[in-house]
Amino acid sequence: MINALVVLLGCQLLGEVAVRLLDVPVPGPVVGAALLAAALSVRGIPSFLTPVAHGILRNLSLLFVPAAVGVVQYGPLIVEHGVSLAIILVVSTTVAMAVTALVFRMVANRVSGRSE
Amino acid sequence: MTPVETLWVYLAERPLLWLTVTLVAYWIADRIAARFGYAPLANPVVMATALVVLCLQATGTGFATYFEGAQFVHFLLGPATVALAVPFVENFHHVRRAIVPLLVALVAGSVTAVATALALGYALGLPRDILVTLAPKSVTTPIAMGIASQLGGIPSLAAVLVISTGVVGAIVLTPLMGLMKVRDERAQGLSAGVAAHGIGTARAFQLSPLAGTFAGLGMGLNGFLTALLVPLLVLLLGQ
Repeated sequence: MINALVVLLGCQLLGEVAVRLLDVPVPGPVVGAALLAAALSVRGIPSFLTPVAHGILRNLSLLFVPAAVGVVQYGPLIVEHGVSLAIILVVSTTVAMAVTALVFRMVANRVSGRSE
Repeated sequence: MTPVETLWVYLAERPLLWLTVTLVAYWIADRIAARFGYAPLANPVVMATALVVLCLQATGTGFATYFEGAQFVHFLLGPATVALAVPFVENFHHVRRAIVPLLVALVAGSVTAVATALALGYALGLPRDILVTLAPKSVTTPIAMGIASQLGGIPSLAAVLVISTGVVGAIVLTPLMGLMKVRDERAQGLSAGVAAHGIGTARAFQLSPLAGTFAGLGMGLNGFLTALLVPLLVLLLGQ
């Protein structure tokens, strides 16, 4: 448990440091995840890390609750342009998901069709 | 003051109370979601948030006080993002086999998310500062807030739009995939991550670790891509 936390926090710290030093517009944890993935693919996944990582990710929804509560504070911002923003969010998000999935399927079929 | 009032004053100012309320609200929300077989509308983020907001309003507690406690949960978003590396490495053979469709679909989805938001906002006559705030809605909050402020948008509104986008994506995901008959968990997960960042990824992990892996990848890669894409598309809009 503690060794898993050390690994996760250590990678996050390295990621934050890298992002600050290189001045790139990416969150530190994303770089931390890339560093950890690189390390794990070389050395394998230590058994102590697996249950902690999966435990956190199974409850990922919990971690968005404080930020979502914060959003409610900004209710008036949404209400001001409410209808337009709601329409745009629903349409744009739905279309983007549909395009992503359909393009993935199309290209995956074509690639596997070629190799067979 | 009565003893009860004294106790309340003590508890209401300590992190313990609101941290516990956050965990209990999520626990209840997750139970309800499980009871409904993780149906799209039984979204745990929405239900837990509603419960917490009810508690805050009933007790007249402000967000700053609440966040003193909730920050410990919020902080875990960082280590959780790092933890995405574990299912990624576990499913690496799936990722490697799907790398071409993954990258092509990522670019298509990313461009669609930004372009449709800008085009619709333009058509509906939104002012420029709202438009550029809307453009990065599909990526994680820190990136979206950075892009918005860089282009003269409103960072706090960006946070609102990002969270709302995540919730919309998490709810729409399975009905949309059912409608389009997309049963491939890789495609489902990638869509959720690209269009609805972390909240979409949380939804994908409810479906399966494979879907979650592709969602995490979609989220991470789309962060890079959107940061490059939004300034370009805003420029094209000629504003």
